Amino acid sequence: MSEQTTHSTADPYAGFTDTTEGRVHTVTGQDWDTITGAAAGQTERLVVNMGPQHPSTHGVLRLILEIEGETVTEARCGIGYLHTGIEKNLEYRTWTQGVTFVTRMDYLSPFFNETAYCLAVEKLLGITDQIPERANVIRVMMMELNRISSHLVALATGGMELGALSPMIFGFRERELVLDLFELITGLRMNSAYIRPGGVAQDLPDGAVEKIRETLDLLPKRLKDTSDLLVDNQIWMGRTVGIGFLDLPTCMALGITGPVLRSTGFAHDLRKSQPYCGYETYDFDVPTVDTCDVYGRFLLRIREMQESMKIVRQCLDRLKPGPVMVEDAKIAWPAQLAVGSDGMGNSLAHIRNIMAESMEALIHHFKLVTEGFRVPAGQVYQAIESPRGELGVHMVSDGGTRPYRVHFRDPSFNNLQATAAMSEGGQVADIIGAIASIDPVMGGVDR
Amino acid sequence: MTNQPNLPVVPENAALLDTVVTKHGMFSPSAGGDTSGFGGLVERFELAPAAMKPFGGWFDDVSDAIVKAAAAKGLPTESVFERVSIDRGEITFFVSPQNLRTVMQVLRDEPSLRFEMCMGVNGVHYPFETGRELHAVYPMQSVTHNRRVRVEVAVSDDNPHIPSIVDIYPGNNWHERETWDFFGIVFDGHPGLTRIEMPDDWPGHPQRKDYPLGGIDIEYKGATVPAPDKRRSYS
Amino acid sequence: MGIEEKLPSGFLLTTVEKFAGYARKSALWPATFGLACCAIEMMTTGGARYDLARFGMEVFRASPRQADLMIVAGRVSQKMAPVLRQIYDQMPGPKWVLAMGVCASSGGMFNNYAVVQGVDHVVPVDIYLPGCPPRPEMLIDAILKLHDQISDTKLGKNRVREIENIEREALSAAPTSAMKGLLR
Repeated sequence: MSEQTTHSTADPYAGFTDTTEGRVHTVTGQDWDTITGAAAGQTERLVVNMGPQHPSTHGVLRLILEIEGETVTEARCGIGYLHTGIEKNLEYRTWTQGVTFVTRMDYLSPFFNETAYCLAVEKLLGITDQIPERANVIRVMMMELNRISSHLVALATGGMELGALSPMIFGFRERELVLDLFELITGLRMNSAYIRPGGVAQDLPDGAVEKIRETLDLLPKRLKDTSDLLVDNQIWMGRTVGIGFLDLPTCMALGITGPVLRSTGFAHDLRKSQPYCGYETYDFDVPTVDTCDVYGRFLLRIREMQESMKIVRQCLDRLKPGPVMVEDAKIAWPAQLAVGSDGMGNSLAHIRNIMAESMEALIHHFKLVTEGFRVPAGQVYQAIESPRGELGVHMVSDGGTRPYRVHFRDPSFNNLQATAAMSEGGQVADIIGAIASIDPVMGGVDR
Repeated sequence: MTNQPNLPVVPENAALLDTVVTKHGMFSPSAGGDTSGFGGLVERFELAPAAMKPFGGWFDDVSDAIVKAAAAKGLPTESVFERVSIDRGEITFFVSPQNLRTVMQVLRDEPSLRFEMCMGVNGVHYPFETGRELHAVYPMQSVTHNRRVRVEVAVSDDNPHIPSIVDIYPGNNWHERETWDFFGIVFDGHPGLTRIEMPDDWPGHPQRKDYPLGGIDIEYKGATVPAPDKRRSYS
Repeated sequence: MGIEEKLPSGFLLTTVEKFAGYARKSALWPATFGLACCAIEMMTTGGARYDLARFGMEVFRASPRQADLMIVAGRVSQKMAPVLRQIYDQMPGPKWVLAMGVCASSGGMFNNYAVVQGVDHVVPVDIYLPGCPPRPEMLIDAILKLHDQISDTKLGKNRVREIENIEREALSAAPTSAMKGLLR
């Protein structure tokens, strides 16, 4: 902070400071006349601050704009307002406890964060081939359901930021259907820590498959409401066609992945090119659009939701009875949970097993829960296709029970660098649309 | 590291570059008086064991192509990489900071390599590896050839300078700022190396190992739960 | 608040208090301060299934100058704390703060350098709502409890007395860290 700071008596946040680049005046309202005299004769650079608390900036994102009239000459993003230090926290938790932290990074697609983390841990453990098939099918199903709910929020909040309030209500209404499924299967609507290293935390409850089928029958009809409202809507198209243009060379230069890259016509999807969790065995297309604008990305997300529903149906047909955790008892999370009279807790069958039947089971349960399993030393990079792009995990293990260093290459962190390329030269109102089409989730950006 | 009979021979200078973690005891922090007998346990884990040619699969093609193209740009062939390590099906090229820009240029431009995407920079702090404490890891992806490699650069705490590759891979801009913010690695030539996640006037680099986690002890109804970094841990 | 504050305490002021409390709680406009995961649950509470509009609260005011209630939803990082304080200062009184989620109430699971361990370090909080994230029904329950608190708030001389009572009780209350032996 600068040493010379003068504050007016009215507002503690207003005043001027002398910096190395000249005097900077801060005005907060009803005090514009304090700067006209002092700034006379100086070249004006009007820097407008949008955010971090703003209804339209898609989260706690600070946009620093230099404006001439309505045209943006320079746009920069200020991030870090949601930095939580998750990566450092992971170094003080066991490998399984890390899932609960990691799930809250990109909070609209928690299952993707968990899956990326667990796949990386399993790669380090070397048990990728031993994950039971049922666990993989459930992982794919939860991820695709999450993709649907994440795209619904993208459309809902994107619409709201551009002024279309009905899609917001529709989007969140559809999302409730998917969240009901999450609650039925994992116990929580969001941030469930369901996917653990070695498999998933517990099996699907009875009636889940029927409920998912019902929801899948209901979703297309509900999605039709949103698409009828927005697709080929002249006002919506006027706000989104030709806005936020980002062609393929720019995307590749900036390392952009996800719907933004696929809106240039390039079908790059890690589920197809570097499959994980058995994605190579599912039949689905990678939709692309080649208009490179906000409208194209909006259409693309609707199509991706339809492809996700296709995949979930295939998952349901593919579910066969079997274990949902790896067999190695020194890694597998021991607890089988059930709903009892006082809430959710260890199932009575599991308690009988560890207390009365098997000493090894008791020891494993105790050691795994308190100490955790040990992962051989080394480093891996594991990437999956999250709704926003390539979510990569770089994980370093030093042979112990805790990660040595985990770094998430979050897609939104990378994709937000395109804000300047998309917005400069356009109008202020178009920045909102451009950022909404990137769909950044600030929890993932700032971690 | 001594050569073990059933493993490939490790060349002389490889010992200087090994990242070896040494762990003492089973529990930490120990307040003394550990009668379990595990207090004297010493374990050594090598983090990136050196690999000898032939590497197998497409690793050789990539490695040869990089060396050839880098030599065409003037680097001596033996010292393009400090070390190559293959672990869990992934290849890591250890590169010295002086050679980094040439290697990155070659990775992007050579037709047989075409690693179009650099998936950011990650910093790792190994305080026990004196002289090479700060590592910057660059995961690379080739969309054309559908493969991934990793480039790793190690610098010391006293001189944490790595040349910036923002002009080769513009998408690395924020990633390098984040690595500076969290580890203190200075990327020379970066257009605007400032803090990105922490407030602008924050002292220290939070994700280094010598920076505390910063938690507080929780007191509730007579019980105190210590902060996460003060609790018992099992190494 | 004006002439109502100057009324002598007694029957007239009590009726005005009831009316003012009812008016304030029936249309409590929240300021958007959604930060992280709790913000999504807050948006869901304003959505179609858990409707906040039935309490008059569906208009999330973008400008703090038009808002009564600041729902701090999500983890407050060190960088965000001054912004939080600035928004709180920009709200005109009477204003209330609801700390939604464990991260806003106490720092939550993030006990580290980057997160403020409870927004009551920065702004005065009227009601804390735990949960990670709290279900929309839990948020509505907290809002209804806040409504009860608001409708019982007194005016004028009674308010001065009420504040003195609250402060006296708070200063002499036993801190939870001193309540030994209550954990089973």
